[in-house]
Amino acid sequence: MNAAASLSERLVQGDRTALARLITWAENADPRFARELATLWPRIGRAWRIGVTGPPGAGKSTLVNEAARLLRKDSKTVGIVAVDPSSPFTGGALLGDRIRMDERTLDPGVFIRSMASRGSHGGLARASASACDVLDAFGFDRVLLETVGVGQAEYDVLDAADTVVVVLCPGAGDSIQAMKAGLLEVADVLVVNKADQPGADRLLNDLVEATHVRFTKRAWKVPVVAASAGTQFGVDAVLDAVEQHRAHLEASGLDAARRAKRLEQVRHTVSEGLSEALWGPGGVRERVASELVAGASPHAISAALLSELLACVRGPGAAAKPSEPN
Amino acid sequence: MQRKIRVLIGKPGLDGHDRGAKTVASALRDFGMEVIYTGLHQTPEAIAEVAAQEDVDVVGLSILSGAHMALFPRVRAALEKRDMGHVLLTGGGIIPQDDMKALEDAGYTKLFGPGTRTEEIAQWITAQMELRWQKEGAAQ
Repeated sequence: MNAAASLSERLVQGDRTALARLITWAENADPRFARELATLWPRIGRAWRIGVTGPPGAGKSTLVNEAARLLRKDSKTVGIVAVDPSSPFTGGALLGDRIRMDERTLDPGVFIRSMASRGSHGGLARASASACDVLDAFGFDRVLLETVGVGQAEYDVLDAADTVVVVLCPGAGDSIQAMKAGLLEVADVLVVNKADQPGADRLLNDLVEATHVRFTKRAWKVPVVAASAGTQFGVDAVLDAVEQHRAHLEASGLDAARRAKRLEQVRHTVSEGLSEALWGPGGVRERVASELVAGASPHAISAALLSELLACVRGPGAAAKPSEPN
Repeated sequence: MQRKIRVLIGKPGLDGHDRGAKTVASALRDFGMEVIYTGLHQTPEAIAEVAAQEDVDVVGLSILSGAHMALFPRVRAALEKRDMGHVLLTGGGIIPQDDMKALEDAGYTKLFGPGTRTEEIAQWITAQMELRWQKEGAAQ
C-alpha cells in the first residue's frame, strides 16, 4: 500500500480501505474531505442513487438486501449506505442494518457502510449524501441509500437520491393515512412490502387511489408495487419501476433535476454551518441573552439580528429598504 | 471535527450464544459509541471486511466456544491484510486465565472475562482511543 498517495488517489485505484476512510472524514466533518472530494468531482454522477425510506419495521433493510442480490445477478456493482438513529441523550448508536445484508459482506462488488444519524432529524446523517458521492466516485453502478425508520415528515432523502422508493407495509393504519400529506408525496416508487400479510390488498388499493388523485399534474405516474422482500417476491418489479423512473428522468432533463437537488444540499450545508457559527462559541448567544435581560422582546431581537445578517449578504443599505411585495 | 468511537462487535466461529455480545453492544452505545453488530457465525475474513468497510476504531470479539487461541490471531491477520492493523482488538468470553495472559503477552489484545462491568470495558476503550487520537493530533 502506498502510504504517500492521497485517499482520493488510492480510491481511484480501487482501494476499499481508502473509500471507507473518506466516508469517515465526511462523517467527522474533517476539513480534508472537501479537498479530496474536489479532485474526485469529475468522476461523480455515473451511479444511479436509489433512496429507500419508510417507517421502522417496514422491511427497508431486507428490501435493500434483496435488491442488492438481484442487481449483482445482473452484474451491477452496488454501494449501500444504511442510516440508523443516534441517541439524542448519549450520542451513541446501535447500527444493525448489516445483519440483514450478511450474505453480501465478502462480495467484492458490494460495499456496505452503516451511518449513525448524529443529530440530524431528516432521516439521514449530515454526511449521507457525501458518502454516496464517494461510492459513486469509486465506480459503483448503483448506490442504495437506506434512511432511518421515518414517521411522516422526514424528507432529506429527496435531495440525496435520484429515485426515492417509499416502503410501507399493511397493518399500520387506515385509508386516511394514505390521504395525508407527507411521506407518500416524496415517493417516485411506492412499495407495499409484506404483501403476503392480511390487509395488503386494501393498502395497495388505497395507495393506487391516493396517487391517482394526488399526482395527476405530475409527468411521472408513481407506480405502486406489491412485494415481499423476505421471500424474494416482487423486488424485481421494484427495480424495474426504478429503471422506468430513471428513463423518465433522463428523457425529461436529468442534469437539471440533479442540479436542483445539489442546490438544496448546498442550502442545507450552508444553513447548518451558519447556524452553528451563530449559536456556537463566539456567536450571538450571549448578546441575545443580555438583550432579553434588558427587556427587549424576542420579536424585536430576531428582526434586528436578521436585518443585520441580510445586510451582510445583500450589501449595506439593501436591508434598510422597504421590502418589495412578493 | 466531530469524532465518534466506532466499534464492531463480532461473533466469530460456531458459537451461538450472543446475549453477552448484545449486552456489551448496548452498553457501549449507552457510553456514546457507534456500535455495529453483525450477528452470529462470522468468519475472521468477514469480520475484518466489515471492520474495513465501516472503518471502525475497535473490534470486540465475543468467543464462548473455546476457539479463542485460533480466532484472535486470524482476525488480526485478516485486519492487517486490509491495511487495518491499527484497529484496537479486544474481546471477551469464556477464556482461561493462562490463555488470556498468553494472548495479551503476544500483543493480540486485551480481554475481559465473565463478570466484568460494562463500564470498565467502555472506560478502557475510551482511554485507549483518547490516547491514540492525542498522538495523531500531535503528529498532524
